[in-house]
Amino acid sequence: MKRKHNRSKAALIALIPTWAAVVVVYLGTMVWSVTLSFTNSRLFPSWNFVGFEQYSKLFQTAKWLVSFQNLIIFGVLYVFGCLFVGFLLAAALDRKVRFESAFRTIFLYPYAMSFVVTGLIWQWMMNPTLGIQASVRALGWQGFTFDWIINRDLAIYAVVIAALWQGAGLVMILVLAGMRGIDGEQWRAARIDGIPVWRTYVSIILPQLTPAFAAAGMLLSMGVIKTYDIVVALTNGGPGSATEVPAKFIMDNLFQRQNLGLATAAATVLLLTVLIIVTPFRYAQHIRARRQAGTL
Amino acid sequence: MTHPRGPRPTQITVARIGLYAFLISAALFFAVPLYVMIVTSLKTMDEIRLGQIFALPLHLDFTAWKTAWAGACAGSECTGVRMGFLNSVKITVPAVVISVLIGAINGYALSFWRPKAGRLMFGLLMAGALVPYQIFLYPLVRAMAVMGFYNSLGGIILVHVLFGLPLVTLLFRNYFVTIPEELFKAARVDGAGFWRIFFEIMLPMALPMIVVASMFQFTGIWNDFLLGVVFAGRDNLPMTVQLNNIVNTTMGERNYNVNMAATILTAIIPLAIYFLSGRWFVRGIAAGAVKG
Repeated sequence: MKRKHNRSKAALIALIPTWAAVVVVYLGTMVWSVTLSFTNSRLFPSWNFVGFEQYSKLFQTAKWLVSFQNLIIFGVLYVFGCLFVGFLLAAALDRKVRFESAFRTIFLYPYAMSFVVTGLIWQWMMNPTLGIQASVRALGWQGFTFDWIINRDLAIYAVVIAALWQGAGLVMILVLAGMRGIDGEQWRAARIDGIPVWRTYVSIILPQLTPAFAAAGMLLSMGVIKTYDIVVALTNGGPGSATEVPAKFIMDNLFQRQNLGLATAAATVLLLTVLIIVTPFRYAQHIRARRQAGTL
Repeated sequence: MTHPRGPRPTQITVARIGLYAFLISAALFFAVPLYVMIVTSLKTMDEIRLGQIFALPLHLDFTAWKTAWAGACAGSECTGVRMGFLNSVKITVPAVVISVLIGAINGYALSFWRPKAGRLMFGLLMAGALVPYQIFLYPLVRAMAVMGFYNSLGGIILVHVLFGLPLVTLLFRNYFVTIPEELFKAARVDGAGFWRIFFEIMLPMALPMIVVASMFQFTGIWNDFLLGVVFAGRDNLPMTVQLNNIVNTTMGERNYNVNMAATILTAIIPLAIYFLSGRWFVRGIAAGAVKG
């Protein structure tokens, strides 16, 4: 059912603030930033265009390469980790367990807290001299080590653990809602056919949860690109530059190193990364919508 | 959230035991950090140095909480998170009210009035929500500096409203689309105009969404760090920023008990919203996650 246009000046006027935000703040600043990335601006913007020089410099900067590599490691582990753990939790809660709402509350509460808080909690838990490692050693298990947070090779995985703790509950909620929307008859049919429970989940339930997983995957991926707070709070990029991420690289170059051209080039690369992630999602959504509408 | 169907299983099987073992160990993983925060905040530093992070405190000691609230140092300033708490309230409350109101107007205008280029605006807004903030920051800082908004309370509120627009607009648009258009048409026939229909019919009907959107915006803005660092200015730093400064810039031995107390204080408002609102919070997540 298509609604007709109801022409009214008031409706146009009411949208002016949002139009202004879209045009000036969203589009305007984007164009401004991308333009700056082609100049040799340092502390202040200059209009001395240097082509792709900042980009080639960017990809020769060790810190950026580490940041980008970390983004990929962190992003893949975090997104798939959250999807996997969230699905397991949702499937377990869907088995008609007692105290379901208590479990649900415990799994989701970290999501209500900020990344700064999450980072600080885990910084304390993972403190090698006083945290989990010390506690387990005090129990008599002297060889126990859990010093990821100060280990160059493992620190990024410490960030993954903390972020997973914060985000898995979100997936659980979305997937559980999806599961509750599935027709119960399918379960009965599977049981009659003697299909084991795990098999029913993998072959029958999982394929129907695609929209829930798509929504969750999308939200988590957007979070990955924006990853900043949790790194600042947990490791501040260290040890060395072992946990640097692109968002932090950009912030440092914008506001501390006065490297405007390089920072905006990095921001533009980040924007392109978003487009690469979003486009297939959007395309899949588009196809699905058309299929539902019966035009494909 | 709907409930599981059918009677509860009564048989105790190996699979059931395994299921509960999994759920309980998962619950421990999620709950232990909160437990550790709370017990650490109640210990003395002597007790903390024993390195038993999971042990209960020997006796309850609230001095760390008092210090965290009013005396902990960030650099040379020793005022605790108290100021940050007030700043966060001063930033969050107006930003939530303004953004929810604008979001409601947008959603209402877009779904009932269908103004020219409305779909285009909505599409651009949704696309804008996906762009990393870092693209916007520098030009926005410059523009706001020119207009005298930079490093001010009004500035940080404005920034939160601007970046909150996609979500609130989406929530309200999706909500208003479910309201029967006959209601709107009847009001039109009775001669009511844009604003009258909005304030007298649509806004009261949107109360559930107002609650969800406010809650969502409130936790989001309260938990923000990045925008606070860039736009708030020294005098208006929100609690998250002050907390990070207190924990990560202290010289000498760290007061872990004070740090954990300050962390809990910072998390307490969003946690309270989560625990008190229960399924409203879940609804908000589900509504905000399933983008159209």
